[in-house]
Amino acid sequence: MKTRFDFGKGTACLLAAIVLVSFTLIPVLEVRAAEPYKVGAVFSVTGPLSFLGDPEKKTALMLQEEINKGGGINGHPLELVIYDDEGDATKCAIFVRKLILQDKVCAFIGPSLSGNSLAVLAEAEKHKIPMVSCAASFKIVTKDPKTGEQWKWVFKTPQSDSMAVEAVYTQMKKNGISKIAIMTATDGFGASGRGELLRLAPEYGMNIVADEKYSRKDTDMTAQLTKIKGLAPQAIVNWSVGTAQVVVLRNWQALGMKNIKFYQSHGFGSRKNIEQSAGAAEGVYCPLGACNIAEILPENYPQKKVTMEYLKAYKAKYNEPLSSFGGHAWDALKMVAKALEAVGTDKAKIRDYLENNIKGFVGQHGVFNMSPKDHNGLSKEAFQMVVVKDGDWALVH
Amino acid sequence: MEISFASQLLQYTITGITVGSIYAMVAVGFNIIYNVTEAINFAQGEFVMLGGLVMVFLRVTLNIPVVFSLPMAILVVTVVGILLDRLAIKPIRKPSVLSMIIATIGASFLIRGAAMFIWGKNPFDLPPFSGRNPISLFGAVVQPQGLWVIGFLVIMVIVLTLFFDRTILGKALRACAVNPKASSLVGINVKHMVLISFALSAAIGALGGIVITPISLMEYDRGAMLAVKGFSACALGGIGSFQGAVTGGLLIGLIECLGAGLISSGYKDVFAMLVLLAVLFIKPSGLLGSVEVSKIKKF
Amino acid sequence: MAGNHTLKRDKMTPRLGGFALGIFLFPLLAQQIDFLEHYVDVMVFAGIYSLAALGLCLLMGYAGQISLGHASFFGLGAYISGVITTKYGINPWLCVFLGMLVSAVVAFAIGAPSLRLRGHYLAMATLAFCIIVTIIFNENVAITGGPDGLAFIPGIGIFGYALDSVTKYYYLVWSIVLLVLLLCLNVIRSRVGRALRSIHSSESAAGAVGVNVAKYKIYVFVLSAVIASVAGSLYAHYLNFINPSSFDLFVSIKLLIMIVLGGMYSLWGGIVGAVLITFLSYEWLHYFEDAEVMVYGAIVLVIIIFLPGGLVSLPDKAKVLWAREDGGRRVHKVGQ
Repeated sequence: MKTRFDFGKGTACLLAAIVLVSFTLIPVLEVRAAEPYKVGAVFSVTGPLSFLGDPEKKTALMLQEEINKGGGINGHPLELVIYDDEGDATKCAIFVRKLILQDKVCAFIGPSLSGNSLAVLAEAEKHKIPMVSCAASFKIVTKDPKTGEQWKWVFKTPQSDSMAVEAVYTQMKKNGISKIAIMTATDGFGASGRGELLRLAPEYGMNIVADEKYSRKDTDMTAQLTKIKGLAPQAIVNWSVGTAQVVVLRNWQALGMKNIKFYQSHGFGSRKNIEQSAGAAEGVYCPLGACNIAEILPENYPQKKVTMEYLKAYKAKYNEPLSSFGGHAWDALKMVAKALEAVGTDKAKIRDYLENNIKGFVGQHGVFNMSPKDHNGLSKEAFQMVVVKDGDWALVH
Repeated sequence: MEISFASQLLQYTITGITVGSIYAMVAVGFNIIYNVTEAINFAQGEFVMLGGLVMVFLRVTLNIPVVFSLPMAILVVTVVGILLDRLAIKPIRKPSVLSMIIATIGASFLIRGAAMFIWGKNPFDLPPFSGRNPISLFGAVVQPQGLWVIGFLVIMVIVLTLFFDRTILGKALRACAVNPKASSLVGINVKHMVLISFALSAAIGALGGIVITPISLMEYDRGAMLAVKGFSACALGGIGSFQGAVTGGLLIGLIECLGAGLISSGYKDVFAMLVLLAVLFIKPSGLLGSVEVSKIKKF
Repeated sequence: MAGNHTLKRDKMTPRLGGFALGIFLFPLLAQQIDFLEHYVDVMVFAGIYSLAALGLCLLMGYAGQISLGHASFFGLGAYISGVITTKYGINPWLCVFLGMLVSAVVAFAIGAPSLRLRGHYLAMATLAFCIIVTIIFNENVAITGGPDGLAFIPGIGIFGYALDSVTKYYYLVWSIVLLVLLLCLNVIRSRVGRALRSIHSSESAAGAVGVNVAKYKIYVFVLSAVIASVAGSLYAHYLNFINPSSFDLFVSIKLLIMIVLGGMYSLWGGIVGAVLITFLSYEWLHYFEDAEVMVYGAIVLVIIIFLPGGLVSLPDKAKVLWAREDGGRRVHKVGQ
């Protein structure tokens, strides 16, 4: 044998070349159905905030399948182009521009995060394309907080944080609570909740004696709770998502602080959290949208039917508990599908439809009434106060 | 139910030591690999995460008692550590410190991604080894699992001290740490030592993950944060120093908890980092690190 | 790799010319092909990261120091530009300059104590620095917007000519990359570069012949911080949005990966690595959906294992392979 070719290296180079070439070819080889209605979506499916984007993507895919099985929208199949921004603002902006300029979608839903929504809404305005965000901050739809003017092309489906805070404060006031401590995570969700908690406190006569923070991946919050214990408030409000809110509850129980009432945010809306608190969640209050508590809603509740259907379909398809975040994508995609059915793919017409014709729309998180003055369309009744009882939600009356 | 200031202080200290013990375990793992390779193993946090998740699988899914599942979980992660060395570190043709570091970063992505595939994105819970009823102590409370965490750290320190002082293998590892070239001259196979160092730190990381999961739960992407904390602990205590890593870990845990309780919880991580900066500028080799050793090291 | 240190000026000129021509032609070509159109957008970010990587390349490849705080200088530039232009409406270019100034001062404050000593202290000091800076961005909600970020940062223009399209901004960013590349090449060829090379081969020898080791290392660290700051400002004005997680420790590590995969002993390596990683993470890998992280890790590993000198060493490697295939005179040592 005269030549000795290094096979390891050779194959590696070859493989690398094939992989690179195939990346660039994938978009070309995509098979396109005839005249589909193209709708874009950007969610944080992986990365640190995957608990938001993962159920959103699953819900969107489920709805797409459902719609296309039923013959599509006016005979046109619905084609979803979904990107995962991993919670990264740069990525989100790149994908949104790609959706608009290259995929040429007629509207898009998402992003999952408030920050990312703020980062890309200027693109929606600039390219005149309807955007239905799945993130909570009121800043996303409000162009001018003083006059309440809304961005022209931007809508959102989740309730604003202020509504959740109002629901919590109203309930507290009813129970004679006025001395409270707040605990928030140092991420977008926690910081935005903290802002609203502080802002609305005077209005409801709440005296915040401690304002504690922790980062999302902290292993223990005993120190913060010990400090709160020393200040002896009547209740604690915790605002975070993911594992941290379970750890906080366990620490609260371990420290024997059960005489101080505990309020969680709407981020607590998954039964998995109750399960994992290992009994510590008993007696904890939180404001939840209808979609989390479908089973315990009274039969005559307006959202009973849609939330039960969604719950059953989601469980059947993915075999995992429903989280409230998937519901935001359900609301967003259903609205856009409704607009497409009524006016076709004209972007301006879709926008006008979303603004003027979403009236009494029964969604997962409330009954939406959009208007030029309100691009969210929900009222604070969209939240129900719920208490954890015997390992399950129970309505508070 | 009031709590006195003294009890609060005690509570911060107990919590700080518990949390710090985990950082210490991660830091010790960093050091063992650093001593032999001079590289920082960025996949150290991934060992912790894997330890917790494998334990959940064995303990909760297969319902194997702790006495058996704990060593089994450690063994599984040790194998991952060995594979990391064989598949990512050893094949590097011209290993430099930096290429090894980047290889561990690449490996950490790979492990994290694989864990996400196997376990999904949700956190997992592990029942504590001995119940959840907290023990009262002068107005403060101790979680039984916290005692396990501290206990395992103590055991680990004793075992490792004996290992490094009394066994041939431990002495060989120490020799590599001081001077790899000289050790290979006296017949120590440095490549084997690298392998052993990866296996050993994987085992230690796994132990940390197993004992902390009942307190903080575990999910696929927690490793990175623990790695950062562990590395800071390492630097604070003096990189390369075994006692330093333990001291550094406990100190960072304490600073975080006391800082959060007494000053500001938003800035708690800043305090630990400021202390680290101050130590670096005043005594650059870390609290317990030796200047002589750091002079030989390239990185 | 190492050979690039001594590249002659005459060999550099055609390379630079080709590079400039490539930069110029890329958007024109990309716009002709449907699915490449938005690559220009990705290339803007690739250019921004290239800038940050160039500075880091000087520091790591030439001064042999690891910085884990580069994302913070990137962030300082971005936040100074973002906050001041948004809140006070001051000329963006003035803010770019201010960002550079602040970054230089901060870099000096961190670099001076930790670079006087030999060893890895800079890596640890910059790690602490990076974590502190991220928390400061997060906590000062009133100024920085906190974790939700700061939106509606104005764009940037040149003498009243607004750079309001992707392509225009592309040309701005890549012209700056070209300028910085020239600057860095000059630094390498200058006294500083020679001193740095001597440090890299043997620090004690360099010290012995009277090279003020610390001074040159600090100089390069400050320079690299200033370049990263410019990159940050450009980022803020292009995305019109900034948030703390775009500048945290993991971004620092991403920058490290860029230059090591590209080849840190060559400035070209920094650019190649930045472009590769940007395209991998922002464009190519998302087809793998949930497996993306795994594939990314695997690619990093494969490159580091088979090309320890980074991608810039690929042509040399290929030549060697080719020669071996051709004549078979050189026998490759198996294993080792």
